[in-house]
Amino acid sequence: MIWIDTLVQGILLGGLYALFAAGLSLMFGIMRLVNLAHGDLIVLAAYLLLVLVTMTGMHPFVAVLIAAPVMFAIGWGLQRVVLNRTLGKDILPPLLVTFGLSVVLQNALLEGFTADSRRIPAGPLETASLDLGVVTVGVMPLLTFLTAVGVIIGLNQIFYRTALGRAFRATSDDPVTASLMGINPGRVFAVATGLAMVVVTIAALYLGMRSNFDPSIGPARLIYAFEAVIIGGLGSLWGTLAGGVIIGVAQTFGAAINPEWQILAGHIAFVVVLLIRPRGLFPRAND
Amino acid sequence: MSILLQTIGLTAQYGDFRALFGVDIELNAGETVAIIGANGAGKSTLLRSITGVMVNAPEQVLHRGTPIGALPADQVMARGIAMVPEGRKLFPSLTVEENLLIGGQMRRVAGPWTLEAVYDLFPILRERRLNPGTALSGGQQQMVAIGRALMSNPEILLCDEISLGLAPVVIRDIYAAMPRIKASGASVIIVEQDIGQALRVADRVYCMMEGRVTLTGAAATISREAIHTAYFGDAA
Repeated sequence: MIWIDTLVQGILLGGLYALFAAGLSLMFGIMRLVNLAHGDLIVLAAYLLLVLVTMTGMHPFVAVLIAAPVMFAIGWGLQRVVLNRTLGKDILPPLLVTFGLSVVLQNALLEGFTADSRRIPAGPLETASLDLGVVTVGVMPLLTFLTAVGVIIGLNQIFYRTALGRAFRATSDDPVTASLMGINPGRVFAVATGLAMVVVTIAALYLGMRSNFDPSIGPARLIYAFEAVIIGGLGSLWGTLAGGVIIGVAQTFGAAINPEWQILAGHIAFVVVLLIRPRGLFPRAND
Repeated sequence: MSILLQTIGLTAQYGDFRALFGVDIELNAGETVAIIGANGAGKSTLLRSITGVMVNAPEQVLHRGTPIGALPADQVMARGIAMVPEGRKLFPSLTVEENLLIGGQMRRVAGPWTLEAVYDLFPILRERRLNPGTALSGGQQQMVAIGRALMSNPEILLCDEISLGLAPVVIRDIYAAMPRIKASGASVIIVEQDIGQALRVADRVYCMMEGRVTLTGAAATISREAIHTAYFGDAA
């Protein structure tokens, strides 16, 4: 029975990693932009939520409704003013610029909020649990997983059911021909990054409510996000969820065997998947 | 007749290589103009400059007298100048229907061209509408590319080498749609290497060689000999 419990906890943990990874997957899928500041942007959003919650006393689930548009605007501006200038045939400029952004964000957050670790208070929800008969699951991990599935369904709906999604896919395929259709690739990319930052805010909500965070934890979240995206197949959103679940399950099984093995087991699962399927589980056909 | 589109002393270059040397062309309202010439004559560069894919001095391209030479491609398209690019350039991630829809989604103006009208023009596309655009045959892909451009109800339609790489029977089918496209009110510039097809549908012809216009005239009266000379130079 313990193994079923471990499996379920692992799947639910995978939801959190999928949330970390979905924004990264979105940006890579549309712009081929590897955002090394992704983890730090999650931490930035977590601090934004923390400020809103502590200053106004509002519930984190309400605060996210204010933080998400703010983060959308930050993402839109960041892409329009900085990242669009780095895109081109050479993949190095976006890597260098987002690495720099990561350093700047970490230091700015350190100046603003000190190195003390913080947590977004979520009240009774933090400890609530649900008895499912065979296993008992925490309400928070369950909410995280359901949110991850919801986010991925939502993003897929946008991608495949809306004119905006059509513009995303067309611009991703061929920005020059997309511009002949009247699409401004720079604007489409800015909206894509804005949308990615909305997902980042949702990820930050659960990160901040479930665990302590401080200005330096961004890069570690980036690693999990990277691994989930690569396991899933670059740019595939459902693949990203599968990637998150694989890392989550590997970590909980690793921890069940020996608590010291939790993080390592996730990384080993990543390497094993890469050895068997170097392009990930669900690679895009036209990559 | 009013001039819709005009290039004045249009120059263009790729790095150190100069592709256009002061090209002057005009397109009048309701007219179909063919631009013919051998490979490397500068025909496609001319269209790239008009559409804003290549940026020029503003006053080198005029649309209804307004300088548009420095506008980016999306703004040129918003003015009603649509392009059927060389090599079709369908979006692989989009279905046939999505490829058509994206042609009209940024410029929503009332006009004769709707999804249904394009399907009536090319009925095979209705059957294939849920297939990926790039899963179609070359001729069908070309139909999608033309339909995609029409979906914006353009005032000016630019067609770059629409016969390239297609079998003669397929080329004939595609050119059979031209009279309906002209009748819908669009003025058309066709860049072609297939001189016969170009002359059949065009009102006027420009012949280009090595980045310059070497011959211009009415399609009905221009002689094969004159075209031959303009195509290959006096030495040929």
